[in-house]
Amino acid sequence: MKTLRHIMAPGKKRIAHVFMLGAVISSVFIYFFPLWKITLYAPQYPQGIRMYIWIHKITGDDAYTLQNINILNHYVGMKDIDPHAVPELHYFPYALAGIIFLGIMAWLMKKRWMYLAWAFVYALLSVMAIYDFYRWEYDYGHHLDPKAPIKVPGMAYQPPLIGVKHLLNFTAISLPEWAAGFMLVSIILGFAAFICCRSTSVKEQINHHDLLPADSSQASVLLHH
Amino acid sequence: MKPIIFSRPMTQVIPMLAGIIAMAGLLLASCQARRSSEAGAINAQEAAQRVYVAPGKYDEFYAFMSGGYSGQVSVYGLPSGRLFKIIPVFSQNPENGYGYSEETKPLLMTSYGFIPWDDAHHPELSQTNGVPDGRWLFINANNTPRVARIDLKTFETVETIEIPNSAGNHSSPFVTENTEYVVAGTRFSVPTPQQDVPIDSYKKNFKGVLSFIKVEPSGDMDLAFQVIMPGFDYDLAHAGKGKSKDWVFFTCYNSEEAHTLLEVNASQKDKDFVAAINWKKAEAYIQQGKYHQMPGTYYDNRFDTSTQTARSFVHKGVKVLIPAECPGLVYLIPAPKSPHGVDVDPSGNYIVANGKLNADLSVFSFDKMQQAIQQKQFDGEVNGIPVLKFDATLAGIVKSGGLGPLHTEFDDKGNAYTTFFISSEVVKWKLGTWQVEDRQPTFYSPGHLMIPGGDSRKPWGKYLVALNKITKDRYLPTGPELCQSAQLFDISGDKMKLLLDFPTVGEPHYAQAIPASILMPQSDKIYSLANNRNPYVTKTEKEARVVRNGRRIDVYMTEIRSHFVPDNIEGIHLGDTVYFHLTNLEQDWDAAHGFAVEGNRDNAELLLMPGQTKTLKWVPQRVGVFPFYCTDFCSALHQEMQGYIRVSAPAEQVALSWSTGKE
Ligand SMILES: [Cu+2]
Repeated sequence: MKTLRHIMAPGKKRIAHVFMLGAVISSVFIYFFPLWKITLYAPQYPQGIRMYIWIHKITGDDAYTLQNINILNHYVGMKDIDPHAVPELHYFPYALAGIIFLGIMAWLMKKRWMYLAWAFVYALLSVMAIYDFYRWEYDYGHHLDPKAPIKVPGMAYQPPLIGVKHLLNFTAISLPEWAAGFMLVSIILGFAAFICCRSTSVKEQINHHDLLPADSSQASVLLHH
Repeated sequence: MKPIIFSRPMTQVIPMLAGIIAMAGLLLASCQARRSSEAGAINAQEAAQRVYVAPGKYDEFYAFMSGGYSGQVSVYGLPSGRLFKIIPVFSQNPENGYGYSEETKPLLMTSYGFIPWDDAHHPELSQTNGVPDGRWLFINANNTPRVARIDLKTFETVETIEIPNSAGNHSSPFVTENTEYVVAGTRFSVPTPQQDVPIDSYKKNFKGVLSFIKVEPSGDMDLAFQVIMPGFDYDLAHAGKGKSKDWVFFTCYNSEEAHTLLEVNASQKDKDFVAAINWKKAEAYIQQGKYHQMPGTYYDNRFDTSTQTARSFVHKGVKVLIPAECPGLVYLIPAPKSPHGVDVDPSGNYIVANGKLNADLSVFSFDKMQQAIQQKQFDGEVNGIPVLKFDATLAGIVKSGGLGPLHTEFDDKGNAYTTFFISSEVVKWKLGTWQVEDRQPTFYSPGHLMIPGGDSRKPWGKYLVALNKITKDRYLPTGPELCQSAQLFDISGDKMKLLLDFPTVGEPHYAQAIPASILMPQSDKIYSLANNRNPYVTKTEKEARVVRNGRRIDVYMTEIRSHFVPDNIEGIHLGDTVYFHLTNLEQDWDAAHGFAVEGNRDNAELLLMPGQTKTLKWVPQRVGVFPFYCTDFCSALHQEMQGYIRVSAPAEQVALSWSTGKE
């Protein structure tokens, strides 16, 4: 351990810098992959129907999946899922762009507190976005047309946030997709950038005092802090 | 009294004993024969395991069988023998409105007018390099000569082309190696061009016309040219492959040119012919302008997948070649009495012609035929067509001991399999040695047989299907008419093994099969609504409407689970003609809807696949309010998928109106 820390020590600040860059790049990937996937299985849909939620759109297995899900949902009085009617899909891409911008700023300025603040805000926004997703699911599942042809007393059709749920003839499976993973990686890397730097400044001093003779590169690290 | 036998002189006893010994020998031999055939059979449990396709599992092959006089093609799975679909081709089909809907009616148009029935005999898969490629299936209409093309992405008929100057389009529609041409040979010779002449002027006036239909890369067919042949009956055909790919072979009977009581009068000569036509030469002669223009009106009906509508194109005149003017175009090979099937082996060298009134099979060699042509080994000529010497072209004779050989197909191990109609069996023999390897009885009287790819360069020689003509005692009786039937054999081993009997639609004449792995991935699941260019499409419920144009009413109506838009229509008057233009808005696989309206005197229903538009013509007969409804159980609320159309007397002042969901 000591040896490893020893080897890494000269570049810790630089590693934090790399972590932060990784966090930013990872966030850029979010645009190119779905965040969440809801799969519906029914006896009539043995291959399942898949709906993908992206940062800026909702898609399905093919161009017609949403129409097909809406046709099925109308029997129980659920509203049509219309991506155009979801304002979040319009401003989330900008919010993400803002976060990426701030991430770049933090990366350029190389300030520990900025790494922390960025990761913290990012994590907070992510949790809020997941909560927002939950609210939409709740709304779709609970606010049913009173004239719906199929009414089951006490039944709501909210899909699970994560996991499996049986809704009448459907088994709904909801799971995060790649973009959610990139978001998580971004946040972890943000925090890592902060922690990494901290370990450099605090622990290396201890190491230095207790065990190691100062060398030139360590000295330079110490000087920076 | 002493037994008589001892009172007779020994001279009489000896031949008698010899007779008894011979009888015993025959009995023994037949016992052995039976035992050997039992050795080829397998027990019921093993057979069941071989053909059993577990629930939810897929068959290994798609088999397409002609529906014979049903005018249709039926699609089966092999080895299970399960029926998947009936594709209407030359017959109206009330089940899905084929030939009833305005979009599909043109597919049944001919120069005689609308003909809603035919007799369909030979399905033929398109080929690339002599191997079935899964693009299209062709099939002939025998009665009113036509050739149809079925698209194997949708399993729907997309083109029918009429063949002028032809009658009994039986030696059809066999394809050349790369589907350059589909042939359509006439079974009956007729006055050419048609005219009013005494029937007994047959020899003078009657001709047999062989047609070559060009197939474009898009699949569109065009009648390229015809060859005017002597007035024989042209029975079957097959194109060459590999080295013989430029040739098409036709069997002919009635070289006697009889016109009455053919069963006697056309069975007089010991040999008839195989006509070998070099289509590459024919192409060259056409290009050189060595053709004659002959009258002949014919329809080419094409189904445009983007408009989902068929249109008829009427053509007049056809290019014809006269063999006497075109050296090297046609040769006649003498073949044993009344040959039926003519089949080319996977190498393209051997041409098997089966004399159906004969016991033996004559196999000709393409190489020898070429040699005979070069060395001018001719045996006279007919109408200027050289007749090649029988011995000079013969590769071998299969001495079978069966009776009535009809058709031959091939496996991938150098074996050939021939049906024997009269002795009711399939005989396996080896190419080259001409020795019989195995024989199995069929039940009963097989016509064609089919091995997947068995008439191509690459047979998938695992199964053989015998298409039988008689089924006495094999199934539960159903009155005087018994079911039609096919039998599946396992041909993967040395001996053929009967695996399965299964009933079929119509009288299946011929069949083709292709591995499911080729067709399954390319099968369409829906018709794209976005690409639907039918002029009467209604793409959204908002666009649904009713339009009056004089006495014509156009109803632009949509269907989606589980309602019509509009579902209440008023303001129709007696004397109006209503066109229901239905569009199925669904874009989900297998989400079909139907449409039927009460009192529809001239029509059937419509069955619409997702994204399809179809039009049903309805002439109201009475005043009143008539229901219409979805005929395909589409959803939990299918029974609620209904509507009303009100028909008023002409004098009534009822304004045109329509709605859905207005209480
Ligand atoms: Cu329906």
